[in-house]
Amino acid sequence: MRRVANGWVLPVSVLVAILLGLVPLPEMLQPLRPYWLALVVAYWVIEDNERLGLVFAFSMGLLADLAFGSILGEQALRLTVMAFILQRFRTQLRFFPMAQQALAIGGLLFNDRVVSAAVHLALGVEQVPWTYWLAPVAGMLLWAPVYLVMDALRFRRRGR
Amino acid sequence: MPSFASPATQRSGDVTGTLRLLALLAVSIGLIVADHRGGWLDQVRAHAGVAMQPVWWLAGLPSRLARSVREDAVTRSLLSEDNHRLRNELLVANARLARLQAAAEENTHLRQLLGAAGSGGLDVQLAPILDIDLDPTRQRLVLRAGSRDGVSQGQTVIDAGGVVGQVIQTAPGTAVVLLLTDLDHAVPVMVARTGVRLVAFGQGRSDALRLPNVPLSSDVRVGDELVTSGLGGRFPAGFPVGTITALAPDDSRAFLVGSVDPAARLDRGRDVLLLRELAPAPVVPPAVDAPRSAEGAGAEEEPAGIDAASAGASPEDAP
Repeated sequence: MRRVANGWVLPVSVLVAILLGLVPLPEMLQPLRPYWLALVVAYWVIEDNERLGLVFAFSMGLLADLAFGSILGEQALRLTVMAFILQRFRTQLRFFPMAQQALAIGGLLFNDRVVSAAVHLALGVEQVPWTYWLAPVAGMLLWAPVYLVMDALRFRRRGR
Repeated sequence: MPSFASPATQRSGDVTGTLRLLALLAVSIGLIVADHRGGWLDQVRAHAGVAMQPVWWLAGLPSRLARSVREDAVTRSLLSEDNHRLRNELLVANARLARLQAAAEENTHLRQLLGAAGSGGLDVQLAPILDIDLDPTRQRLVLRAGSRDGVSQGQTVIDAGGVVGQVIQTAPGTAVVLLLTDLDHAVPVMVARTGVRLVAFGQGRSDALRLPNVPLSSDVRVGDELVTSGLGGRFPAGFPVGTITALAPDDSRAFLVGSVDPAARLDRGRDVLLLRELAPAPVVPPAVDAPRSAEGAGAEEEPAGIDAASAGASPEDAP
């Protein structure tokens, strides 16, 4: 039962991810803002599959929709799709080396942009500028640090 | 929770996973459509806005801290230089104000002669913008002032340049502003030069408004200034909205479509002004009350805003 004691890491990581999504960035860097919440949700879905799955991803997306003022349900949809794919490939992903894992996450984030673009297209809402398609790259580069930090937090907790 | 003990249970786990996926997808698509088309989720959003308030406050904290650190770090000489410059500007502004006051008096006099109803006096409230980035495809702002500070839904928001938008949601400590440039926004305007009345629509980009259905025969030119017409009663008349930057025939070739450069600085400012309409009493000078902790440095822009806003509507104190 090594994953029971990490009660506080989950809510704190989600809160921090949402805050990082809201913190104002200079106009130039704004399109590069990684989808922090997706990284955190991906981490939890990979690491704690037994408790956290699609419903978790969905509710986090809903929360983010309310926080970011986006169309209600959009991020819920995006994160649900991502979590589903992650669950399918979870067993392989867990044994990938870090670089390969990051690539896979990059692919997922890119897919996420496609889903988002599709939602916007279906609703006739303005598309984000093309520079926002660079965000998955930032997310990919940040996967390793996010993964290591989250693991370290949980590991320390476990050791106590 | 399905346990993944044997291949058989794993398969059934896959099936429930897929079913769950489909159910959640259906729910989220339902929500998206309801939010986009219906708008009946506003109530939910309003309640959620209250819950999100501390999160927004936290997210705005770093930029507030950075600003205060920056302001603390300014040296004394810089401050005195600033002071000197501001004094000079105040002098010039006051002189200009005196002239405007004369014009305003003359205007009221003429209006009285005409027997027309004067435009009502305007009361403004300074509201700081909570510096957070919301969804880039939706043109919204969050203000650090809410129903506790007297902000109410439907209030017009302006800045030194012109109309910014309107308040669409209030929580005790925050308010959400729908910008002129949001896809859902339309504002009745009038060409200042000729009085032709049109409607300007947002198109989801912060640098342009769309002006569809301009009759070919109407007297509208590139470079014309647009002001609010006051039709519809949402926005008071006479506030600058923008300048026409382009006019082109639309698909039907029966009308022109214009592109408008917004007068307000919509991309990023620090403070905005909220209009509160008073009973028509043109002699009352507009009062600026900064709610709670309005940043001192932001104040330098404000007098200009009030000037522009109430010029001709209400005389202000003579210097």
